[in-house]
Amino acid sequence: MASSAELDRVDPTAEDVLLNYYRRLYPFKQLFKWLNRGPERTEKESRLFPYREFAFTLRNEAYLRYNSYPSDIEMKKHVCLLTPSRFEIGPVYSAQPKDKKTVRPTHFKAEKREVVFDIDMTDYDPIRTCCSDADICKRCWAFISIAVDVLDKAIRDQFGYNQLLWVYSGRRGIHLWISDKEAFELTDNQRKAMVEYLTVIKNGKEPGKRVNSRVGSRDLPPTLKDAIEAVREPFDDLILQDQDCFGSQEGFETLLSLIPDKKLVSRLREKWSQTPDSPSYTKWDEMKAEIKALKDKTARQTMRHAMEDIVLQYTYPRLDAEVSKHRNHLLKAPFCIHPKTGRICVPVDPRRIREFDPAKVPTVGQLLAELNASNSNNNGEHLEDWQKTSLKPYIEMFEQYANSVQEKPKMDLSW
Amino acid sequence: MYQAAKHSSKLQKNGLDDDLSLVEGSTSASHRLSLYDQPPLYDITVEDFETSALDRLRILAEIESSAARNRSWEETKQVTITQCGKYLPLNSNSALGIDLQSERRKDQLGHFVLRLAFCRSEELRRRFVKAETTLFRVRYETDDSNERRAFLDSKDFNWISVGSEEKNKYQAQLTHFAPGKSDTERENAFKSEPFYKVKWTTIPDLVDKRKVFMKGGFAYVPAREQASIIYAAFEERLDAALLATSRAIPLVDEETRLNPILDNLAQGFTAGVPSDWHFPLCMRVLHQTLRRDRHIQHFGRLHYGLFLKVLGLKIDEAIIFWRKSFAGGKGSDKFDKEYRYNIRHSFGLEGGRRNYPAKNCLQLHTAHEAGCPYRQLENSPENLQSALLSTYSGQGLTLDDLPEIMTQVKKKAYHVACTRVFEITHSRHVKKGEGLGDGESVTHPNQYAARSIELEKDSQEPKMEVD
Repeated sequence: MASSAELDRVDPTAEDVLLNYYRRLYPFKQLFKWLNRGPERTEKESRLFPYREFAFTLRNEAYLRYNSYPSDIEMKKHVCLLTPSRFEIGPVYSAQPKDKKTVRPTHFKAEKREVVFDIDMTDYDPIRTCCSDADICKRCWAFISIAVDVLDKAIRDQFGYNQLLWVYSGRRGIHLWISDKEAFELTDNQRKAMVEYLTVIKNGKEPGKRVNSRVGSRDLPPTLKDAIEAVREPFDDLILQDQDCFGSQEGFETLLSLIPDKKLVSRLREKWSQTPDSPSYTKWDEMKAEIKALKDKTARQTMRHAMEDIVLQYTYPRLDAEVSKHRNHLLKAPFCIHPKTGRICVPVDPRRIREFDPAKVPTVGQLLAELNASNSNNNGEHLEDWQKTSLKPYIEMFEQYANSVQEKPKMDLSW
Repeated sequence: MYQAAKHSSKLQKNGLDDDLSLVEGSTSASHRLSLYDQPPLYDITVEDFETSALDRLRILAEIESSAARNRSWEETKQVTITQCGKYLPLNSNSALGIDLQSERRKDQLGHFVLRLAFCRSEELRRRFVKAETTLFRVRYETDDSNERRAFLDSKDFNWISVGSEEKNKYQAQLTHFAPGKSDTERENAFKSEPFYKVKWTTIPDLVDKRKVFMKGGFAYVPAREQASIIYAAFEERLDAALLATSRAIPLVDEETRLNPILDNLAQGFTAGVPSDWHFPLCMRVLHQTLRRDRHIQHFGRLHYGLFLKVLGLKIDEAIIFWRKSFAGGKGSDKFDKEYRYNIRHSFGLEGGRRNYPAKNCLQLHTAHEAGCPYRQLENSPENLQSALLSTYSGQGLTLDDLPEIMTQVKKKAYHVACTRVFEITHSRHVKKGEGLGDGESVTHPNQYAARSIELEKDSQEPKMEVD
């Protein structure tokens, strides 16, 4: 086995690396099965896979849109020819995307696609204290795992969708693909409504209140009450303990800016300026004590609401809403290689999201090395190449998912 | 198309009386509100076909222009009610001494004729659905509450009443959506508030604001938000019906009689008799006079007719327009004898066959009748001022602007006054001194209107969608 230092030297954008990966490992077959919502490759009538757009980013950063293929076989051929550094999946159009230039524009419309969500660590920059920008560590992954937890539950429970595929983006984010038939067929207007329903935090760099959670001074709506219950514990662990978000002058000033009660703010500021570095949970407890001591019932109520909003602001999923609103948006395909990290965009089990460590996701260098090693000690059993690598559990997960997304159950006539 | 109208009387089969042929079931006529799920199944004269559609078109056009002018919902509602009262009255069952059947029949007929006309392109379908849904909303809101209840009960909106067991199961969540200002009020209201369950996809506008409880893909809607479901259902059904109509329309073998009418109606919505919003004062005055008196004098007809012609009104549309505008018009012999020739003449289709240009400002200044109002009212400044205010106050002209305009009028600089009015009423697009653009001043009423339409189009240009 090659050492990890050697593996890191493998350039994930080199032509031979990509060619090897696409030829031997990339799960085109499973991709086809998923996007075609059925395994029948020969079926001429399919208006799913052949009508689906693929967009390639070539190694020289050129961007090729509106590619489409009758099946995975032709697609694999073309991908191996182009060896793109990555590719994206678009919608199913009303005509084959490769014919875009020859069909009338009114006959070329984005019709269907999975509902997608994109959560990116950079949106957490205003609150995370461990890393910034493109960096990510096990500690800040906790933000993502809370987000996955909350969204996964809300979508399954409230929207009733079950075919959810979570995919690690290869660096600092996570994608969600919802393939349920109803979700697949939502109009842009309905997608927008769904995203807005699930969006609570307005993204942006400046500090200050970004939560849009309630109408006036009303209680939280049921969906956010559920969310608050789910994040109460992670809030203590992650925000107060691990990230220690209010453990600095800057940190507690942000907290104070979220408190509507002016008198309370000045009392707390006075106290905290004495010990600006006191741990976050101490400050949080001090704030709670102050609130309890409030005489006026409405003031207490207002503060209770403010506290809920603060918890949401620090833990609720931060969505990149634009990605989800329109059918014609493109999103990177699962199992692509992240060009900077070399890591594969692998599916993630939402029930085990807390155990997931982005640093342990296989890189393309590692996979090709595993493949080389397995060739030398072939014990005669026929295996597909991917089954000989650490990509195996991920492709199996993907295959299982693809099998669950079948529009017509295959009729079994043999008994 | 004109011929079709002329022979309309012969088309009444076997001289059947209109009322006798109203054999259609009681469903659509028993309520004032209609989802238009029953097409008219009786004989219709070509004239009725056309009139009912034109009258409805007026209302839809007004609704569209309300949206374009950014009128508030209350204003839009008011304007629509007024327009409906004039052209398409639709009374409730409790109204006495009114032929409800014929009102409802006209409402239904107009709707279905316009469906035929507007199913032809996606753009037209979208606009038609939007305007019709607005009209439906106005009527729904103004409907008598008992009759509205009866209407709702008569239809299936795919909603499921939430039973008491389920309601109690989600009591904690549903109470949040019960009406009331405080928690206690909502808790009390919860018991009496019925809830309905619908697929969330039918009411995206309630979902996005988290105004409903969501569970398993269903939205639980409190009764007071019920209207949203109805509007969504109306919109969805009409959308689907239009699409179906557009597929079926090539099968309609109506080359000579109806197709020309439908073509014109569709155009009427796209271009047609344009909104007088864009007209200069001289043409607004003529337009108002025509509307008020149902008649204008010869020179008014000439000036206004040529103006509309240059603005893009086709000969067929012009004939419909004038026929509709004159008292007792509607295909009467008087109209045909007196005016039809003149209209065709001005289009270069009769007599000398010259295609006359529209009159410019200079010609209107020297005209004795129906000329430039700034000049003709120079000696009665009060009248001019009140004309200006009543015409343009909805477009941003205020009392404070008048002295400046009147100064120009006194200096006999009529075109300067007119240009200034343009600047004031288009202040979103042009600054003072820019005139019609690059400092150009008004020399022709059509130039004024064309520029105004152009500015509005520019500002409505949809933004390019970026992937």
